[in-house]
Amino acid sequence: MIVGEEPLPQSGALEVATLGMTMRFGAFTALDDVSIRVPAGTFHALLGENGAGKSTLVKCMMGFYHASAGQMMVAGREVQVPDPRAAHAMGLGMVYQHFTLVPSLTAAENLVISRKDAPAVIDWRRERAGLEAFMARMPFRVPLDQKVAALAAGEKQKLEILKQLYLGRRFLILDEPTSVLTPDEADEVLGHVRALCAAGEITVLMITHKFREVTAFADDVSVLRRGRLVGQGRVVDLTHADMAAMMMGEARLPQPAARSGAPGAPVLRIEGARAHDRSGLKDIAIDALEVRAGEIVGIAGISGNGQMELMEMLTGQRPLTEGSVRVKGQPYRATRAEARRLNIRYLPEEPLKNACASRMSVAENIAFRSFDASGGRTRFWLAPGAMRQRAEELIAAFKVRTASIDAPISALSGGNVQRAVLARELTGTVDLLIISNPCFGLDFTAVSEIRARIMAARNAGAAVLLMSEDLDEILELADRVLVMSEGRITYEVAAANADVATIGHHMGGHA
Amino acid sequence: MADQAVVMAPRARGRDWRAPLARRAEGIVIPIGASAVGLAFFGLILLAMGKSPVEFYQLVFKAGFGTAFSWQNTLSRATPLLFAGLCVALPARLGLVVIGGEGAICLGGTAAAALGVALGHAPSVIGLPLMAAAGALAGAVWIGAVGALRHWRGVNETISSLLMAYIGIALMNQLVEGPLRDPASLNKPSTAPLPPALRVGDIPGMDVHWGLIVALVACVLCWVLMERTTIGFAARIAGDNVRAAQVQGLPVGRLILGFTALGGAFAGIAGFFEVTAVQGAANASLAAGYGYTGILIAFLARQNPLAVIPVALLLAGFEASSGLVQRHMDLPDATILVLKAVVFVVILVSDTLYGRFRIFTPSRWSQP
Repeated sequence: MIVGEEPLPQSGALEVATLGMTMRFGAFTALDDVSIRVPAGTFHALLGENGAGKSTLVKCMMGFYHASAGQMMVAGREVQVPDPRAAHAMGLGMVYQHFTLVPSLTAAENLVISRKDAPAVIDWRRERAGLEAFMARMPFRVPLDQKVAALAAGEKQKLEILKQLYLGRRFLILDEPTSVLTPDEADEVLGHVRALCAAGEITVLMITHKFREVTAFADDVSVLRRGRLVGQGRVVDLTHADMAAMMMGEARLPQPAARSGAPGAPVLRIEGARAHDRSGLKDIAIDALEVRAGEIVGIAGISGNGQMELMEMLTGQRPLTEGSVRVKGQPYRATRAEARRLNIRYLPEEPLKNACASRMSVAENIAFRSFDASGGRTRFWLAPGAMRQRAEELIAAFKVRTASIDAPISALSGGNVQRAVLARELTGTVDLLIISNPCFGLDFTAVSEIRARIMAARNAGAAVLLMSEDLDEILELADRVLVMSEGRITYEVAAANADVATIGHHMGGHA
Repeated sequence: MADQAVVMAPRARGRDWRAPLARRAEGIVIPIGASAVGLAFFGLILLAMGKSPVEFYQLVFKAGFGTAFSWQNTLSRATPLLFAGLCVALPARLGLVVIGGEGAICLGGTAAAALGVALGHAPSVIGLPLMAAAGALAGAVWIGAVGALRHWRGVNETISSLLMAYIGIALMNQLVEGPLRDPASLNKPSTAPLPPALRVGDIPGMDVHWGLIVALVACVLCWVLMERTTIGFAARIAGDNVRAAQVQGLPVGRLILGFTALGGAFAGIAGFFEVTAVQGAANASLAAGYGYTGILIAFLARQNPLAVIPVALLLAGFEASSGLVQRHMDLPDATILVLKAVVFVVILVSDTLYGRFRIFTPSRWSQP
């Protein structure tokens, strides 16, 4: 919907700008007064850590969210974007991280059915002629008659971009478009995008984590951190170190939690471990990883670089194809008996999804570790009385707020679910604690409390492996920092010597 | 935070007794309400056919539950339905929708009959337990295979159990019409009739065989297994969230195999009782649709083995009334099937209602 009289220009790249864009979710401000101008025909990169507000910003621009405050400008005119359809009508389009093509249809079919005015009965001869004419104008092509399922990832991403052009979009938002591509494919796709910008066909705003792509292809860059625009400039004026500093914030190593005692004997040792990743196409390769008693080893990295798979390897959900996991010198296959004997505990990310049974009660969820244990033996009959009593005690000790211990755990807030899981996993002797993103999505009180408990477990002599996408968290808690990138451990540094910019480099996948 | 040692919201304390009651009531009120809606829908279908729904339901009540005779009729039909309900309800607690109990009933009955014929003149105390074990084993292998395929090969258990049911029925027919056929059974191919010592008799003073008592005890024991033992607790965790169960190191594969096999064993025992107490031999009458009615029973009972009892009795009453309804109202044979289908569809839809009613959701009571 356009406010004002003059219609928007009908062809060529569009200039798009946001003015003071702000988005609040309840008390949480996801986007705080962000103004970005992307001139027509330029390639603009949007950098930021996870949760910095990049997705929120583009969702506001595309009409998926309604901004709490601020304006959108298209071609110099103030516009309202009530929904994605309105954005499309103005020529705004988005290419997602994951493909939105129909795999069982050919490229040509995908293009034609994506059109809003696709007729009920398709005259393929005419459509083919139209597609050929369209392709002839494009600087790159994809085979039109092959099923999309048979195309390589790079070809699919090119087709996604072609689809946007075919639909007449002249401002494209690319959301981490290369995360599923090989470096060579990424270069090719972005090269074509860059050429289209230079030709004045489109304007591009690209969300990315990779500095290299910013330097190689973008004209300008904006950096978000915690919902705020913290840096902006021409790419030619900035070094990778400048961008890393903007992304991570400068000189803000947080106050470490009280730490006592020195690391002891090795507890967890992974050697030459290999496993398939989610896609089954790439390998996760952990050559050597050791965690000692009384030590927190933090694994930093951008999500999707194999952290989830590593967690699954350690919980027995993902079989190793090679190598070994040993705990206190014994081979470890993550059975219940082994975990109990060796005092191994887990805090998986998103506890409601990965560590709780949502329809079972709080008391039952707290009993998951202990329901079948009776002294050193396993029991056959449940002991509901003892289970309830123990739940009452732990709920009090860990300050879990719940209406009743019989309430289903899904009725609790995120912080209280995590407190209940902590109560379960941190009670008793803990020799090895394996944690993934423990504070994701929690408020500040819950975060500081949970971090203090993790530190307390370390000080009590537990070996802690902490995987986190939040670098602040790792710098606050870890004794040693490792960086995981593309399924491998690519960097290691003692926390005392950690340099944020260097870690950021390695997280970005190059150094 | 640290000094706020408020563990329970104070207002909730006064409602302590009401909250668990409300949570329990949800699982009872919604299925009953959904059944009522289903019966009403079916009433509309009857109206469209020009029949009186009032007369229909009166007849069903009279034929199923109205007299001592109709109760006996209902009870004698309930046994296979109770077992078939357990065959669906137990794997369902692990999140598996197994719909192939019919095949396990047929094979269980065939195995029991074959063993009975081979045992010849063995005394009851030896012969009957052996035959029951053979029936249970056949059913356990059949449905256990479905669980194994699910866990180790990722095969959808609903589809595989349905296909296995067809194979099981075909296998029974092949055996009964071929190697196990009694040459004397001319019109209806059957195994040789079981000797009287290997027949299960009636409960004294009733026209209902002992299978009913065994089935009722089985339902109670299954409830105890699910709710009062650590094995059942582990199965409930795995059924609710298999990832959480794996992180806890629970033996998910063994649980799936064990519970599918146990469900199959019950279906096999249903076949055993059909053969030894009703038919006297294995034949195509074993494939009477009990296995499929068991699906409806388990879903109506919300997979609770105790709730299987009243639901199975209700459906047995429906089936008992089928003949009378046909004769008195001149309705087609499939009427009761349509009734069951309508109720089943409404029950499935009602699954989306859980957690939507504030009165059943204590955590929402304090919200405006």
